[in-house]
Amino acid sequence: MEKFNLTCIMCPLGCSLVATKDGDKITVTGNNCNRGEIFAKEELTCPMRIVTSSVKTEKGVKSCKTSKPVPKAKIFDVMKEIEKLRLKDAKYGEVVIKNVLDTGADIIITANE
Amino acid sequence: METDVLVIGGGPAGMSSALSASQNGSKVILVERDKVLGGILNQCIHNGFGLHYFNEELTGPEFAHRFRKMVEKDKNITVLTDTLVTEIGDHKVSVMGKNGVFDIKCKALIIAMGCRERTAGNISLNGTRPMGILTAGTVQKMVNIDGKMVGKDIVILGSGDIGLIMARRLTLEGAKVHAVLEINSTSSGLKRNILQCLDDFNIPLYFNTTIFEVVGKDRVEGVYYGQVDEHFNHIENTRKFLKCDTVVLSVGLIPEMQMVKGVSINPKTNGAFVNEHYQTEKEWIFSCGNILHVHDLVDNVALEGKQVGLFASLYAQKKLNNGNLIKVSHSADFAYVLPYTLFEGEEEVEVKFRLKKKVVKSFIVAISQGNIIAKKYVLAGVPGEMMTFKFSKKGVKEEIVFEVRENGKI
Ligand SMILES: Cc1cc2nc3c(=O)[nH]c(=O)nc-3n(C[C@H](O)[C@H](O)[C@H](O)COP(=O)(O)OP(=O)(O)OC[C@H]3O[C@@H](n4cnc5c(N)ncnc54)[C@H](O)[C@@H]3O)c2cc1C
Ligand code: SF4
Repeated sequence: MEKFNLTCIMCPLGCSLVATKDGDKITVTGNNCNRGEIFAKEELTCPMRIVTSSVKTEKGVKSCKTSKPVPKAKIFDVMKEIEKLRLKDAKYGEVVIKNVLDTGADIIITANE
Repeated sequence: METDVLVIGGGPAGMSSALSASQNGSKVILVERDKVLGGILNQCIHNGFGLHYFNEELTGPEFAHRFRKMVEKDKNITVLTDTLVTEIGDHKVSVMGKNGVFDIKCKALIIAMGCRERTAGNISLNGTRPMGILTAGTVQKMVNIDGKMVGKDIVILGSGDIGLIMARRLTLEGAKVHAVLEINSTSSGLKRNILQCLDDFNIPLYFNTTIFEVVGKDRVEGVYYGQVDEHFNHIENTRKFLKCDTVVLSVGLIPEMQMVKGVSINPKTNGAFVNEHYQTEKEWIFSCGNILHVHDLVDNVALEGKQVGLFASLYAQKKLNNGNLIKVSHSADFAYVLPYTLFEGEEEVEVKFRLKKKVVKSFIVAISQGNIIAKKYVLAGVPGEMMTFKFSKKGVKEEIVFEVRENGKI
């Protein structure tokens, strides 16, 4: 059995959660509502994050994001893929990498130009 | 040039108020000193914007892009980019830009110039002033817009959201962020940012801690830092050295009010005192967005702009009616409650406020002549989050006082 202390970020109350992992079973205490339980379970099993960065182009850097959250453990690998790119130009909404590292997420240009 | 409503500043507040003024029948000129509309959002490339306004999680530039497209489509809005307002006169402003130097006359003016950041001088940071001391917003612009890195070994002073966001950004770009130092015992940043920007990357956050002294001749070589007591005095025996080449300051924002003369300013917000219609003491000048009070959510900025655009448009058409004044005040639990005066009348009104301390399971109550005229339950409220309270002021004629009733008791 492993114990984890987390602070719930889903609302300003910020409950202090204790999540206990026993094999595949996770129990959560300290939450004032079930959003806290969902949050803790996700953080312990597979935390997901949207990655935002910028792509190098001949017209300067252009901001970009993953089209959906990717596993936290892959953030730095996704960054490396973005850093490799050298584009002529990139426009708002353009997909510059499809299905990056098989995460199912695309890299999309977000720059407001 | 001449117009009904003139808007200074093309950030979310300015764009939203320009759209709303136009939709309510006024001719609008929007003046922005930058090349593109969007304001500070253009450099905030992280996600977390628009959840309330667009029901979708967007990055800053995407939020700006959506508004910019709406503004550019609107035939009643003339956009002047690359144009700086240099002076505000009487029903006119002077501008300087690619079309030269000229005046624009207006019936109503909306000031939406946002904030600038506090600098090392503003907070009297001790030590030398070598290269490598930068504000978080400057770093954000250098990295996200200009594509330049600022250093390898970073210390961040201040744990507001911009500092937290930059801690992650610099880490992802390959720098080592050694620590975030916060002089207070809590962070004003969102918990989500503490988790996703610091904890995710094992960046330590030290509370009650500040920089005692910056060291370095040409370039920053390190900082002496340590703990402070409750009066923010340095506790000398906690003094330690940390080697770094860059100090990033995230120590607060100040509304861009220097150019606005002759209106009184609330020392709590550093923005103008405004009435229910967001008019300053000069009734033809309206204010919204960060220049009025610092917002943590751009969604609220856009909504405020929408309200204010309507009021300014009505004023320009001589249709804005102000009733008798009702004063607004509050107990010591609030930093401020805005607007600062309301008008007698039937309509519902929404006030915006910031608390001074965290409250849990409490009521916010509005009291007039000793009677509670409205109440709002809050499960939890923190100083870092602006809150709103909508209520009916029907029949109210005297001062309204806002108070917090804790532990669910009224
Ligand atoms: C450096 C910085 C970083 C920020 N980062 C974040 C973040 O990461 N996440 C977040 O949620 N919020 C962030 N904010 C808060 C954010 O500013 C607000 O949510 C929102 O963008 C404010 O909108 P606004 O329109 O009031 O001001 P702004 O977006 O600042 O827009 C003001 C506009 O006025 C223009 N202007 C100013 N003076 C003149 C003049 N004299 N003539 C012509 N034009 C003028 C400016 O160029 C600018 O475009 C940040 C704020 C700052 C200052
Ligand atoms: S558990 Fe529920 S009440 Fe507690 S912080 Fe999370 S969302 Fe808020």
